[in-house]
Amino acid sequence: MKNRITLHVNGDSHELWVEPHAILLDVLRNDLELTGTKKGCGMGECGACTVLLDGKPISSCLLLAAEADGKEVITIEGLAHNGQLHPIQKAFIDHGAVQCGFCTPGMVISAKALLDENPRPTKEEIKNFILGHLCRCTGYVKIIEAIYSLRTDAVR
Amino acid sequence: MKTFEYVRPQTLREVSRILIEHAGTSKLLGGGTDLLVALLNGNQESPSRVVTLRDVPGLKSIHETKGQGLVVGAMATLREIERSELVNERYPVLSKAAGMIASVQIRNMATLGGNICNASPSADMAPPLICLDAKARLMGSEGERLVSLEDFFTGPGQTVLRPGEWLMEIIVPPMAKGRKATYLKLERSSMDIAIASVGAALTGTRGRVEDVRIAMGAAGPVPFRAKAAEALIEGKSLTPSLVEDAAVSAFGECRAITDLRASESFRREMIKVLTRRALLELAKE
Repeated sequence: MKNRITLHVNGDSHELWVEPHAILLDVLRNDLELTGTKKGCGMGECGACTVLLDGKPISSCLLLAAEADGKEVITIEGLAHNGQLHPIQKAFIDHGAVQCGFCTPGMVISAKALLDENPRPTKEEIKNFILGHLCRCTGYVKIIEAIYSLRTDAVR
Repeated sequence: MKTFEYVRPQTLREVSRILIEHAGTSKLLGGGTDLLVALLNGNQESPSRVVTLRDVPGLKSIHETKGQGLVVGAMATLREIERSELVNERYPVLSKAAGMIASVQIRNMATLGGNICNASPSADMAPPLICLDAKARLMGSEGERLVSLEDFFTGPGQTVLRPGEWLMEIIVPPMAKGRKATYLKLERSSMDIAIASVGAALTGTRGRVEDVRIAMGAAGPVPFRAKAAEALIEGKSLTPSLVEDAAVSAFGECRAITDLRASESFRREMIKVLTRRALLELAKE
Protein backbone atom coordinates (compact mmCIF):
# COMPACT_ATOMS: atom_id res chain seq x y z
CA MET A 1 0.00 0.00 0.00
CA LYS A 2 1.63 3.23 -1.14
CA ASN A 3 2.15 6.23 1.08
CA ARG A 4 1.87 9.80 -0.10
CA ILE A 5 4.92 11.92 0.61
CA THR A 6 6.09 15.41 -0.21
CA LEU A 7 9.72 15.90 -1.15
CA HIS A 8 11.25 19.33 -1.58
CA VAL A 9 14.06 18.67 -4.01
CA ASN A 10 16.37 21.43 -5.18
CA GLY A 11 13.71 23.98 -4.37
CA ASP A 12 10.84 22.19 -6.12
CA SER A 13 8.08 20.39 -4.25
CA HIS A 14 6.99 16.97 -5.43
CA GLU A 15 4.03 14.93 -4.24
CA LEU A 16 4.69 11.28 -4.74
CA TRP A 17 3.07 7.96 -3.98
CA VAL A 18 5.76 5.56 -2.86
CA GLU A 19 5.89 2.00 -1.61
CA PRO A 20 6.78 1.82 2.10
CA HIS A 21 10.06 0.10 1.25
CA ALA A 22 11.04 2.56 -1.51
CA ILE A 23 14.52 3.99 -1.07
CA LEU A 24 15.14 7.73 -1.51
CA LEU A 25 18.03 7.14 -3.92
CA ASP A 26 15.78 5.12 -6.24
CA VAL A 27 12.98 7.68 -6.03
CA LEU A 28 15.39 10.50 -6.92
CA ARG A 29 16.89 8.61 -9.83
CA ASN A 30 13.84 6.81 -11.21
CA ASP A 31 10.77 8.81 -10.21
CA LEU A 32 12.31 12.28 -10.40
CA GLU A 33 14.87 11.37 -13.07
CA LEU A 34 17.63 13.11 -11.13
CA THR A 35 20.35 10.70 -12.11
CA GLY A 36 23.25 12.82 -10.91
CA THR A 37 23.20 11.00 -7.58
CA LYS A 38 24.79 7.58 -8.07
CA LYS A 39 24.23 4.12 -6.65
CA GLY A 40 27.66 2.67 -5.87
CA CYS A 41 27.49 0.07 -3.14
CA GLY A 42 23.87 0.43 -2.11
CA MET A 43 24.79 -0.01 1.54
CA GLY A 44 26.13 3.29 2.82
CA GLU A 45 29.84 2.57 2.42
CA CYS A 46 30.95 4.45 -0.71
CA GLY A 47 29.32 7.88 -0.52
CA ALA A 48 28.27 8.01 -4.18
CA CYS A 49 24.63 8.38 -3.12
CA THR A 50 25.26 11.36 -0.84
CA VAL A 51 22.63 14.09 -0.87
CA LEU A 52 21.83 16.87 1.56
CA LEU A 53 18.81 16.25 3.77
CA ASP A 54 17.84 19.45 5.58
CA GLY A 55 21.40 20.59 4.90
CA LYS A 56 23.12 17.48 6.23
CA PRO A 57 24.95 14.97 4.04
CA ILE A 58 23.39 11.51 4.24
CA SER A 59 23.56 8.22 2.38
CA SER A 60 20.38 8.22 0.34
CA CYS A 61 20.73 4.50 -0.39
CA LEU A 62 19.86 3.77 3.22
CA LEU A 63 16.99 6.19 3.62
CA LEU A 64 13.40 5.11 3.09
CA ALA A 65 11.80 7.69 0.80
CA ALA A 66 8.99 8.00 3.33
CA GLU A 67 11.52 9.13 5.95
CA ALA A 68 12.28 12.17 3.77
CA ASP A 69 8.65 13.28 3.77
CA GLY A 70 8.45 17.03 4.25
CA LYS A 71 12.20 17.47 4.17
CA GLU A 72 14.52 19.49 1.93
CA VAL A 73 16.72 17.47 -0.36
CA ILE A 74 19.58 18.92 -2.34
CA THR A 75 21.15 16.83 -5.07
CA ILE A 76 24.05 17.67 -7.37
CA GLU A 77 21.56 19.02 -9.90
CA GLY A 78 20.63 21.71 -7.41
CA LEU A 79 24.04 23.34 -7.28
CA ALA A 80 24.47 24.96 -10.66
CA HIS A 81 22.44 28.13 -11.01
CA ASN A 82 21.13 29.73 -14.21
CA GLY A 83 23.52 27.64 -16.24
CA GLN A 84 26.48 28.72 -14.11
CA LEU A 85 28.51 26.09 -12.30
CA HIS A 86 28.68 26.31 -8.53
CA PRO A 87 32.12 27.46 -7.27
CA ILE A 88 32.71 23.99 -5.84
CA GLN A 89 32.04 22.38 -9.22
CA LYS A 90 34.35 24.88 -10.88
CA ALA A 91 37.10 24.23 -8.35
CA PHE A 92 36.86 20.46 -8.94
CA ILE A 93 37.31 20.98 -12.68
CA ASP A 94 40.10 23.54 -12.27
CA HIS A 95 42.06 21.25 -9.94
CA GLY A 96 41.72 18.08 -11.98
CA ALA A 97 39.63 16.51 -9.22
CA VAL A 98 37.34 14.73 -11.71
CA GLN A 99 38.37 11.66 -13.69
CA CYS A 100 35.56 9.21 -14.32
CA GLY A 101 33.22 11.45 -12.38
CA PHE A 102 31.31 8.72 -10.57
CA CYS A 103 32.27 9.80 -7.05
CA THR A 104 32.09 13.48 -7.97
CA PRO A 105 28.45 14.33 -7.25
CA GLY A 106 28.73 12.85 -3.75
CA MET A 107 32.06 14.55 -3.12
CA VAL A 108 30.76 17.94 -4.25
CA ILE A 109 27.66 17.61 -2.08
CA SER A 110 29.80 16.78 0.97
CA ALA A 111 32.15 19.63 0.10
CA LYS A 112 29.20 21.99 0.13
CA ALA A 113 28.05 20.69 3.51
CA LEU A 114 31.56 21.08 4.92
CA LEU A 115 32.09 24.61 3.64
CA ASP A 116 28.62 25.66 4.83
CA GLU A 117 29.53 24.46 8.31
CA ASN A 118 33.21 25.43 8.30
CA PRO A 119 34.27 28.01 5.67
CA ARG A 120 37.98 27.55 6.45
CA PRO A 121 38.67 23.84 6.91
CA THR A 122 42.20 22.53 7.18
CA LYS A 123 43.28 19.74 4.84
CA GLU A 124 42.97 17.34 7.79
CA GLU A 125 39.41 18.48 8.41
CA ILE A 126 38.58 18.06 4.74
CA LYS A 127 40.06 14.57 4.72
CA ASN A 128 38.07 13.61 7.81
CA PHE A 129 34.88 14.99 6.35
CA ILE A 130 35.14 12.96 3.14
CA LEU A 131 36.16 9.69 4.79
CA GLY A 132 32.80 8.28 3.72
CA HIS A 133 33.57 8.72 0.02
CA LEU A 134 35.46 6.24 -2.12
CA CYS A 135 37.26 7.41 -5.25
CA ARG A 136 38.87 4.77 -7.46
CA CYS A 137 40.50 7.18 -9.87
CA THR A 138 42.08 10.27 -8.39
CA GLY A 139 43.79 9.19 -5.19
CA TYR A 140 41.86 11.97 -3.39
CA VAL A 141 44.70 14.55 -3.43
CA LYS A 142 43.16 16.80 -6.10
CA ILE A 143 39.76 16.54 -4.47
CA ILE A 144 41.17 17.73 -1.17
CA GLU A 145 43.09 20.53 -2.91
CA ALA A 146 39.97 21.62 -4.79
CA ILE A 147 37.96 21.91 -1.59
CA TYR A 148 40.88 23.55 0.21
CA SER A 149 41.12 26.18 -2.53
CA LEU A 150 37.61 27.35 -1.65
CA ARG A 151 38.29 27.98 1.97
CA THR A 152 38.70 31.72 1.95
CA ASP A 153 35.25 32.21 0.46
CA ALA A 154 32.15 31.53 2.51
CA VAL A 155 30.38 29.70 -0.31
CA ARG A 156 26.70 28.90 0.08
CA MET B 1 13.36 -6.22 -0.13
CA LYS B 2 9.92 -7.40 0.84
CA THR B 3 7.46 -4.67 1.58
CA PHE B 4 6.14 -3.81 5.02
CA GLU B 5 3.76 -1.41 6.64
CA TYR B 6 5.43 1.90 7.47
CA VAL B 7 4.04 3.30 10.70
CA ARG B 8 4.60 6.80 12.07
CA PRO B 9 3.60 7.03 15.75
CA GLN B 10 3.31 10.57 17.08
CA THR B 11 3.61 9.94 20.82
CA LEU B 12 5.56 7.76 23.23
CA ARG B 13 2.38 5.97 24.16
CA GLU B 14 1.61 5.14 20.55
CA VAL B 15 5.02 3.55 20.16
CA SER B 16 4.47 1.30 23.15
CA ARG B 17 0.98 0.39 22.01
CA ILE B 18 2.16 -0.61 18.55
CA LEU B 19 5.11 -2.60 19.84
CA ILE B 20 3.02 -4.46 22.39
CA GLU B 21 0.17 -5.16 19.97
CA HIS B 22 2.55 -6.29 17.25
CA ALA B 23 5.42 -7.72 19.27
CA GLY B 24 7.75 -9.81 17.16
CA THR B 25 6.54 -8.50 13.82
CA SER B 26 7.64 -4.90 14.20
CA LYS B 27 11.03 -3.26 13.92
CA LEU B 28 11.80 0.18 15.26
CA LEU B 29 13.47 2.54 12.80
CA GLY B 30 16.00 5.06 14.05
CA GLY B 31 18.57 6.07 11.46
CA GLY B 32 18.18 2.91 9.44
CA THR B 33 21.91 2.44 9.03
CA ASP B 34 21.76 -1.08 10.48
CA LEU B 35 18.18 -2.05 9.73
CA LEU B 36 18.17 -1.03 6.07
CA VAL B 37 21.49 -2.75 5.39
CA ALA B 38 20.13 -5.95 6.93
CA LEU B 39 16.86 -5.75 5.00
CA LEU B 40 18.58 -4.94 1.70
CA ASN B 41 20.99 -7.83 2.15
CA GLY B 42 18.21 -10.18 3.12
CA ASN B 43 20.10 -10.88 6.32
CA GLN B 44 17.05 -10.34 8.38
CA GLU B 45 13.57 -11.61 8.07
CA SER B 46 11.45 -8.75 6.78
CA PRO B 47 9.26 -7.35 9.51
CA SER B 48 5.58 -6.82 8.77
CA ARG B 49 5.86 -3.38 10.22
CA VAL B 50 8.59 -0.75 10.36
CA VAL B 51 7.89 1.77 13.10
CA THR B 52 9.73 5.05 12.67
CA LEU B 53 10.52 7.19 15.69
CA ARG B 54 11.08 10.33 13.62
CA ASP B 55 7.93 12.11 14.77
CA VAL B 56 7.96 11.18 18.45
CA PRO B 57 8.81 14.23 20.56
CA GLY B 58 11.45 14.27 23.26
CA LEU B 59 13.72 11.56 21.90
CA LYS B 60 16.37 13.73 20.29
CA SER B 61 17.47 15.77 23.24
CA ILE B 62 21.05 15.99 24.53
CA HIS B 63 20.99 17.80 27.83
CA GLU B 64 22.30 17.73 31.36
CA THR B 65 20.24 17.67 34.52
CA LYS B 66 21.59 18.31 37.99
CA GLY B 67 20.23 15.10 39.40
CA GLN B 68 20.85 12.63 36.63
CA GLY B 69 23.79 13.93 34.66
CA LEU B 70 23.88 13.69 30.87
CA VAL B 71 20.67 12.56 29.23
CA VAL B 72 20.81 11.56 25.59
CA GLY B 73 17.61 10.65 23.76
CA ALA B 74 17.54 7.43 21.77
CA MET B 75 17.04 9.35 18.53
CA ALA B 76 19.97 11.73 19.00
CA THR B 77 22.24 11.12 16.02
CA LEU B 78 25.87 10.11 16.41
CA ARG B 79 26.86 13.30 14.59
CA GLU B 80 24.88 15.37 17.09
CA ILE B 81 26.67 13.63 19.93
CA GLU B 82 30.01 14.09 18.17
CA ARG B 83 29.39 17.82 17.70
CA SER B 84 27.50 18.64 20.90
CA GLU B 85 29.22 21.40 22.84
CA LEU B 86 27.90 19.93 26.06
CA VAL B 87 29.21 16.45 25.38
CA ASN B 88 32.56 17.68 24.08
CA GLU B 89 33.07 19.77 27.18
CA ARG B 90 31.75 17.50 29.90
CA TYR B 91 31.83 13.92 28.54
CA PRO B 92 34.38 14.14 25.72
CA VAL B 93 34.99 10.39 25.45
CA LEU B 94 31.45 10.05 24.09
CA SER B 95 32.03 12.63 21.34
CA LYS B 96 35.30 10.91 20.55
CA ALA B 97 33.69 7.47 20.28
CA ALA B 98 30.76 8.77 18.23
CA GLY B 99 33.13 10.46 15.81
CA MET B 100 34.94 7.19 15.17
CA ILE B 101 31.92 5.52 13.69
CA ALA B 102 31.68 5.10 9.89
CA SER B 103 31.29 8.38 8.01
CA VAL B 104 29.73 11.82 8.39
CA GLN B 105 26.83 10.66 6.21
CA ILE B 106 26.17 7.61 8.37
CA ARG B 107 26.57 9.60 11.58
CA ASN B 108 23.99 12.12 10.37
CA MET B 109 21.48 9.27 10.22
CA ALA B 110 22.59 6.73 12.83
CA THR B 111 21.18 7.10 16.34
CA LEU B 112 22.52 6.30 19.77
CA GLY B 113 19.49 4.12 20.43
CA GLY B 114 20.16 2.21 17.24
CA ASN B 115 23.81 1.63 18.05
CA ILE B 116 22.88 0.31 21.49
CA CYS B 117 19.79 -1.73 20.58
CA ASN B 118 21.38 -3.27 17.49
CA ALA B 119 23.69 -4.68 20.15
CA SER B 120 26.61 -5.57 17.97
CA PRO B 121 29.47 -6.89 20.11
CA SER B 122 31.50 -4.12 18.48
CA ALA B 123 29.03 -1.27 19.11
CA ASP B 124 31.35 1.69 19.56
CA MET B 125 29.18 3.65 21.98
CA ALA B 126 28.93 0.73 24.40
CA PRO B 127 32.43 0.48 25.95
CA PRO B 128 32.75 4.20 26.76
CA LEU B 129 29.19 4.35 28.10
CA ILE B 130 29.81 1.29 30.26
CA CYS B 131 32.96 2.96 31.57
CA LEU B 132 30.89 5.98 32.56
CA ASP B 133 28.34 3.76 34.37
CA ALA B 134 25.57 4.70 31.95
CA LYS B 135 22.02 3.50 32.37
CA ALA B 136 19.33 2.83 29.79
CA ARG B 137 15.81 4.07 30.41
CA LEU B 138 13.35 1.63 28.91
CA MET B 139 9.64 2.02 28.27
CA GLY B 140 7.35 -0.98 28.21
CA SER B 141 3.86 -2.22 28.96
CA GLU B 142 4.58 -2.21 32.67
CA GLY B 143 5.96 1.33 32.61
CA GLU B 144 9.54 2.45 32.70
CA ARG B 145 12.64 0.82 34.11
CA LEU B 146 16.31 1.67 34.34
CA VAL B 147 18.89 -0.89 33.34
CA SER B 148 22.61 -0.49 33.77
CA LEU B 149 24.15 -0.53 30.29
CA GLU B 150 26.61 -3.12 31.50
CA ASP B 151 23.68 -5.48 31.99
CA PHE B 152 21.80 -4.46 28.85
CA PHE B 153 23.48 -6.79 26.37
CA THR B 154 22.85 -10.52 26.56
CA GLY B 155 24.43 -11.77 23.35
CA PRO B 156 25.32 -10.72 19.81
CA GLY B 157 22.34 -8.66 18.66
CA GLN B 158 20.47 -9.49 21.86
CA THR B 159 19.38 -7.30 24.73
CA VAL B 160 17.24 -7.41 27.85
CA LEU B 161 14.43 -5.64 26.01
CA ARG B 162 11.17 -7.47 26.62
CA PRO B 163 8.44 -7.78 23.98
CA GLY B 164 6.92 -4.35 23.54
CA GLU B 165 9.77 -2.64 25.37
CA TRP B 166 12.02 -0.03 23.80
CA LEU B 167 14.90 2.29 24.67
CA MET B 168 14.01 5.92 25.32
CA GLU B 169 17.22 7.45 26.51
CA ILE B 170 20.70 6.87 27.93
CA ILE B 171 21.63 8.50 31.21
CA VAL B 172 25.24 9.13 32.16
CA PRO B 173 25.95 10.14 35.77
CA PRO B 174 27.98 13.33 36.14
CA MET B 175 31.69 12.67 35.79
CA ALA B 176 33.52 13.30 39.05
CA LYS B 177 36.16 16.00 39.11
CA GLY B 178 39.47 14.56 37.99
CA ARG B 179 37.81 11.66 36.18
CA LYS B 180 39.22 10.89 32.75
CA ALA B 181 38.08 8.49 30.11
CA THR B 182 39.20 7.36 26.68
CA TYR B 183 38.18 5.01 23.88
CA LEU B 184 40.54 3.33 21.45
CA LYS B 185 39.33 1.50 18.37
CA LEU B 186 41.33 -0.76 16.09
CA GLU B 187 39.91 -0.83 12.59
CA ARG B 188 41.26 -1.59 9.15
CA SER B 189 39.76 1.52 7.56
CA SER B 190 37.60 4.40 8.64
CA MET B 191 34.39 2.75 7.48
CA ASP B 192 34.97 -0.52 9.29
CA ILE B 193 33.56 -1.75 12.54
CA ALA B 194 36.07 -2.40 15.29
CA ILE B 195 38.37 -5.40 15.14
CA ALA B 196 38.91 -4.75 18.85
CA SER B 197 38.26 -1.78 21.06
CA VAL B 198 38.87 -0.68 24.63
CA GLY B 199 37.20 1.99 26.71
CA ALA B 200 38.69 3.04 30.00
CA ALA B 201 37.89 5.49 32.77
CA LEU B 202 39.50 6.34 36.08
CA THR B 203 39.66 9.06 38.67
CA GLY B 204 43.15 10.16 39.64
CA THR B 205 43.44 11.23 43.25
CA ARG B 206 46.82 11.99 44.78
CA GLY B 207 48.74 9.63 42.56
CA ARG B 208 46.30 6.73 42.90
CA VAL B 209 43.56 5.62 40.53
CA GLU B 210 40.03 5.02 41.71
CA ASP B 211 36.78 3.75 40.23
CA VAL B 212 38.64 2.13 37.37
CA ARG B 213 36.61 0.85 34.47
CA ILE B 214 38.01 -1.08 31.52
CA ALA B 215 35.48 -2.20 28.91
CA MET B 216 36.19 -4.13 25.76
CA GLY B 217 34.35 -4.20 22.45
CA ALA B 218 34.51 -6.78 19.67
CA ALA B 219 36.17 -9.02 22.23
CA GLY B 220 33.30 -11.25 23.20
CA PRO B 221 29.61 -11.88 22.59
CA VAL B 222 28.79 -8.59 24.31
CA PRO B 223 30.73 -5.47 25.30
CA PHE B 224 31.96 -6.20 28.80
CA ARG B 225 34.24 -5.06 31.59
CA ALA B 226 37.66 -6.55 32.26
CA LYS B 227 36.96 -6.75 35.98
CA ALA B 228 40.10 -8.64 36.97
CA ALA B 229 42.21 -6.02 35.21
CA GLU B 230 40.27 -3.29 36.98
CA ALA B 231 40.78 -4.93 40.37
CA LEU B 232 44.53 -5.19 39.75
CA ILE B 233 44.95 -1.44 39.56
CA GLU B 234 42.06 -0.12 41.67
CA GLY B 235 43.32 2.15 44.44
CA LYS B 236 46.93 1.82 43.38
CA SER B 237 49.47 4.10 41.84
CA LEU B 238 49.52 3.47 38.11
CA THR B 239 53.09 2.54 37.26
CA PRO B 240 54.08 1.24 33.80
CA SER B 241 54.57 -2.20 35.28
CA LEU B 242 51.08 -2.18 36.80
CA VAL B 243 49.65 -1.00 33.48
CA GLU B 244 51.33 -4.00 31.88
CA ASP B 245 49.79 -6.33 34.45
CA ALA B 246 46.37 -4.92 33.71
CA ALA B 247 46.92 -5.29 29.96
CA VAL B 248 47.98 -8.91 30.41
CA SER B 249 44.93 -9.52 32.56
CA ALA B 250 42.67 -8.04 29.87
CA PHE B 251 44.40 -10.34 27.38
CA GLY B 252 43.31 -13.26 29.51
CA GLU B 253 39.78 -12.00 30.03
CA CYS B 254 39.21 -11.46 26.33
CA ARG B 255 36.53 -13.78 24.91
CA ALA B 256 37.03 -13.02 21.24
CA ILE B 257 36.30 -15.26 18.29
CA THR B 258 37.92 -15.71 14.91
CA ASP B 259 35.86 -14.18 12.12
CA LEU B 260 36.36 -12.50 8.77
CA ARG B 261 37.94 -9.43 10.34
CA ALA B 262 40.54 -11.04 12.59
CA SER B 263 41.65 -14.19 14.31
CA GLU B 264 40.93 -14.79 17.96
CA SER B 265 44.63 -14.61 18.82
CA PHE B 266 45.11 -11.31 16.99
CA ARG B 267 42.14 -9.79 18.77
CA ARG B 268 43.40 -11.01 22.10
CA GLU B 269 46.82 -9.48 21.45
CA MET B 270 45.24 -6.22 20.32
CA ILE B 271 43.08 -6.03 23.44
CA LYS B 272 46.30 -6.20 25.44
CA VAL B 273 47.86 -3.42 23.35
CA LEU B 274 44.77 -1.20 23.47
CA THR B 275 44.37 -1.68 27.22
CA ARG B 276 47.99 -0.71 27.73
CA ARG B 277 47.63 2.35 25.52
CA ALA B 278 44.36 3.43 27.11
CA LEU B 279 45.74 3.21 30.64
CA LEU B 280 48.99 4.96 29.71
CA GLU B 281 46.95 7.73 28.13
CA LEU B 282 44.83 8.16 31.23
CA ALA B 283 47.86 7.89 33.54
CA LYS B 284 49.45 10.93 31.92
CA GLU B 285 48.60 13.65 34.36
